[in-house]
Amino acid sequence: MSPVHYVALSVILFMIGGVGVLVRRNAIVVFMCVELMLNACNLAFVAFARVHDNLDGQVIAFFVMVVAAAEVVVGLAILMAIYRARRSASVDDASLLKY
Amino acid sequence: MTGVLAAGTNTDSVAVETVFWILAVVAVAAALAMILVRRAVHCAIMLAVVMLCLATMYAMQGAPFLAFVQIIVYTGAVLMLFLFVIMLIGITAADSIVETIKGQRLAAGLAAIGLLVLLALGIGHAAIGPAAPPSPKYGSGNLTGIATLIFTTYVFPFEVTGALLITAALGAMVLAHRERIAPRPTQRDLAARRLASGQVVGDPPPGIYALHDSADRPALLPDGSPAASSVSSVLNPRTGTEPPQVVRPGEKPQLEAADGGEREPAPSAGSGRAES
Repeated sequence: MSPVHYVALSVILFMIGGVGVLVRRNAIVVFMCVELMLNACNLAFVAFARVHDNLDGQVIAFFVMVVAAAEVVVGLAILMAIYRARRSASVDDASLLKY
Repeated sequence: MTGVLAAGTNTDSVAVETVFWILAVVAVAAALAMILVRRAVHCAIMLAVVMLCLATMYAMQGAPFLAFVQIIVYTGAVLMLFLFVIMLIGITAADSIVETIKGQRLAAGLAAIGLLVLLALGIGHAAIGPAAPPSPKYGSGNLTGIATLIFTTYVFPFEVTGALLITAALGAMVLAHRERIAPRPTQRDLAARRLASGQVVGDPPPGIYALHDSADRPALLPDGSPAASSVSSVLNPRTGTEPPQVVRPGEKPQLEAADGGEREPAPSAGSGRAES
């Protein structure tokens, strides 16, 4: 299987994740779409690691996973704090700075 | 899984191609479903499907270590964390489908198509070579190869990652911690509050009846009216509580509610309890 196919799939997944971030209202779902984009990047990293015949891409993908885990932990904690203060997880409701 | 792992060393086999196309279609379909379904729980499940597909693809590309890390860390830990938070803050919160910014969906779609064209052009112009020939570092030597890289070339980023994880854990604890600004009410305080509000007995548990013993049936007050406060507030918006049927001795119970208009919880819970 040519690595181009994997890269193309990763592009498509990245695009879908981006649309989700733009369109969805629920902050948790927005987070999940960000995770989808990170996963798509990981797929491209692994594909290019295979093209270049070294393992650096796999190590970078591993680091991306670790950073994504840390990001999820802090992000979900922020979400819970926001929900506790405003009883809503919608990104539309957190608009105090607008006014 | 072992078949796929073994197939990863033979890049030209038909089996790998078949698996790739099946997984690609499933992953894209699940990703599309993820941004289309309205409930957050369904989104999480769709994301799990995408992640499992990607894990299999890592294995097919000679990255068995990453495949298992993907399953264990992403599908196991991160998605479970998502599910925990969904359960904590809003199982009921289906996304609103109201467009708050006019034409935002259209603009998002256009931006996505633009991004797709941009990336497709970039990849089309790039000369992406064929996959490397199979070697031990994509099979049995994968783990040792990655470990060598992490603990030699990438040892400083690896240490920084540890610091990042500790900081994230501390930050989550600080953010999720709630300061108690009033002293915790004791049992005596709670009893005094109940008496002051006119309620003499404790809150009734949800109904256990001869016909229904589900937690979404409200308890019956002594005057026969359903007590809406006996049902968890989470269940109300999700299914709507049905008032239980009162079955007197000698009557035939009606298994189906005669009129479907009883989905709203009974409003007179507190006052009914106060009178009785």
